[in-house]
Amino acid sequence: MLEVRGLNKSFSGFRAVSDVDLTVETGQIAAVIGPNGAGKSTLFNLITGHLRPDTGSVRLDGRDITGAAPHRIVRMGVGRSFQRTNIFAKLTVFENLQAAFLVHRGRGRDFWSRAAALYRDDTERLLASIGLVDQRDTVAGTLSYGNQKQLELGLALASDPALLLLDEPTAGMSATETHDTIRLIERIAGERSLTLLFTEHDMDVVFQIAQKIAVLHQGRVIADGAPEEVRADPEVRRVYLGEH
Amino acid sequence: MTSETTTTTTTGVAEATPAAPASQMIGGGSSVIGRIPWTLIVFLVACSVPWIGGRYNTFLAEQIAIDALFAVSLNLLLGTTGLVSFGHVAYFGVGAYVCGILMKTYNVPFILAFPAAGLGAALFALVSGYFCVRLIKLYFAMLTLAFSQIIWAIAYKWNDVTGGDQGLPEIPFPSFDWLNHVPWLGDLKTSDQFYLLTVLLIAISLAIIHRIVRSPFGRVLTTIRDNPERAAFIGVNVKLYQLAAFVVAGTFAGFAGALYGLFSRGVFADYVFWSKSAEVMIMTILGGMDYFWGPPIGAFALVWLNQEITDYTQYWPFFLGAILLVLLFGFPGGILGGVDMLWQRLRRARRA
Amino acid sequence: MAPSFLFSQFMGGLTTAMFLFLIASGLSLVFGIMRVINFAHGSFYMLGAYLAWQGVQWFHPTGPGFWAASLFAACGVGVLGAVVERLFFRSLYGREELYQLLFTYALVLILGDAAKFLWGTDQLSVSTPPVLAGSVQIFGSTQPLYNLFIMAIGPLIAFLGWLVLNRSGVGRMVRAAQMDREMLDALGANVGTIYTGMFVFSSFLAGLSGALVTPIQSIVPGMDVLIIVQAFIVVVIGGMGSFWGTFWGSVIYGEVLSFGILIFPGFSLFSVFALMAVILIVRPWGLFGRPL
Repeated sequence: MLEVRGLNKSFSGFRAVSDVDLTVETGQIAAVIGPNGAGKSTLFNLITGHLRPDTGSVRLDGRDITGAAPHRIVRMGVGRSFQRTNIFAKLTVFENLQAAFLVHRGRGRDFWSRAAALYRDDTERLLASIGLVDQRDTVAGTLSYGNQKQLELGLALASDPALLLLDEPTAGMSATETHDTIRLIERIAGERSLTLLFTEHDMDVVFQIAQKIAVLHQGRVIADGAPEEVRADPEVRRVYLGEH
Repeated sequence: MTSETTTTTTTGVAEATPAAPASQMIGGGSSVIGRIPWTLIVFLVACSVPWIGGRYNTFLAEQIAIDALFAVSLNLLLGTTGLVSFGHVAYFGVGAYVCGILMKTYNVPFILAFPAAGLGAALFALVSGYFCVRLIKLYFAMLTLAFSQIIWAIAYKWNDVTGGDQGLPEIPFPSFDWLNHVPWLGDLKTSDQFYLLTVLLIAISLAIIHRIVRSPFGRVLTTIRDNPERAAFIGVNVKLYQLAAFVVAGTFAGFAGALYGLFSRGVFADYVFWSKSAEVMIMTILGGMDYFWGPPIGAFALVWLNQEITDYTQYWPFFLGAILLVLLFGFPGGILGGVDMLWQRLRRARRA
Repeated sequence: MAPSFLFSQFMGGLTTAMFLFLIASGLSLVFGIMRVINFAHGSFYMLGAYLAWQGVQWFHPTGPGFWAASLFAACGVGVLGAVVERLFFRSLYGREELYQLLFTYALVLILGDAAKFLWGTDQLSVSTPPVLAGSVQIFGSTQPLYNLFIMAIGPLIAFLGWLVLNRSGVGRMVRAAQMDREMLDALGANVGTIYTGMFVFSSFLAGLSGALVTPIQSIVPGMDVLIIVQAFIVVVIGGMGSFWGTFWGSVIYGEVLSFGILIFPGFSLFSVFALMAVILIVRPWGLFGRPL
């Protein structure tokens, strides 16, 4: 599904991502972990076209998407959420999701129909699926933090992605919220048979749902494999899990 | 996408001040006030001004109507797309000059000159906008300012075409001979007939813009306003949509300019100076840029205030500046924002 | 064309340039540090001119009074800058740039009328201080001494500014503030004081340049909005926030205007705005600036 080869990115001399190789198979749930500043977010931004890599390639189902504009990459079936919550703050929850449907179905060039009347059923269904029915008409900027994260997930899902990238989906959440969010993600990934790539700081969450884990350290992949292999890897234990 | 966008577009949701969503706007759909056909009433009142208001009020009403269209066109950028253009007067000016030059120098009838004004403004908006939308924030504002000053420099110096600092005086009114035998309308002065034509054209323009704002295209623009980065990640080609909004806004500014040139019987370089862009922006903010009808209300308030205050003192700019200060520090939502807040509070009080 | 003619054209451009540099350097400084475009900078300049005129009336109609008056004007405008920053601007730093732009525009309107109210609408003028009243011949062209003085002042201020920004503790903090406001907070520096200080310094420069322009230009209402656009052009060409950029931007502007008149008379105005647009399109951060 996703194939990253020899990816490099430097910011004024500092190598944020260094010779990264990463493969995610269709239907897999994969995690990228690593300490703060290991380059996880940069890697995500390189994959989704937000940043252009210095060298290396990103392939999606065999197609080269290296450095393509974000809106193109979304249309090819990649959805993503952000570490800092990223929604349309002045629109209602309903309008947020409806807008995502409008764009995905190619109606954005329509100057004449009434936007409010379009894709109502799809929007309602998605609202129900992400559990925001009660917040339907709330202005998104006033939602609670957890609800905003749910909405963000909804925005990513509206474009019907095959591959979903989630950047720290549980950052800043309480234990209960984390639990609920993980259940939600698992359920949706199952229902839609999504391929999932996520970063996460909570190791319990990672080892609970990931089928494959890549460990980044100072911009390099130092381990990549099944959870048990990664857990047993001596280098990972040394630099990341804090053992000597 | 350019690298500038990536480094600076961050949206702190916590800082965002949410405005009322369309569904909750003043009056709401279900209340008594909401059911009154306000737009129709305003249109009919506007049409009756020549008969009931006399010459001076007709003059004021025409000024308000044209300013309203100009400000609404700006708000398509400001309030809907989140683009701070500091040079919107350029497109107003291009429209005014195209229409004025065609009608005065080449005797082209209004029915051709008016669309040509919109087309001219649209073309210039397409060319200048293509460059402007690649920049963000302050750089965008500066480049729009630069383009508007280019238009000003041309207007001011290209004597052969624009009349230079003398401008283009005495642009003829469109011919209304065909109205002579129509009862009521045929007896009016030409300037009143032109006023009615202006009101009609502006009503149609506003209806079209209203429709566009409510369309899927308009909804996409609001996503760009709220969060360009996120908009790209639901699949929006941000720059392209910004450019489209820029061209639509420029076109209607051009129409407003064409009408203004005829209304004031001349086109002068002063119309295009950069401070005019600031004035129309003040109108927009004064009325409330989160609302479709905000800019027209701002236009009404400003023209009326100007008229009242200049009766007493020559220091109108001082008062305008003071109004702006009150607005910025006290009511950033403008008149409609204030009314809306009051309305919500009343409703809550009644429910409690 | 005679070389002496070209030379005097060149010197004319340079005089314009150094004046603009005095004005634009303050504008650029405020932009570089606070990311604010200050439309009122032109109004500060105008107030400097009016205050200088007032000072000359008070201190001594001719002679040494001019220097005292200029200092008085610059300090007066600096104080005004402090008041504006502390009372109003402070609460706008976190808000959208639209509100910041409009606030500075509100100042333009208010200060413009205040000047009309205080000093009327007639042209006012200040005579050249006697020391600099003469002129000299250079390469066969006549150069007023006062213009030469301005040409010397410009680079001097540039050099002093560069010295302060690059060789002192304040300068380090200012540069840190340019890079990252949060970082400066983390360093424990008092950002508020630095911002006020920079704004005051910028206003001081605007007031000073307004005062120094009075011997060669008459003081009229409207000089504020005319100058601010020129200062914008200079800052954009050189790079917003870059001190030397502003210096060279001024030189380019002055010379393009000066020689533009020879090459296509009537369109030199057009050419400077076009230059501004082209720079923004090709290199938005200016010839000497850094990308944000």
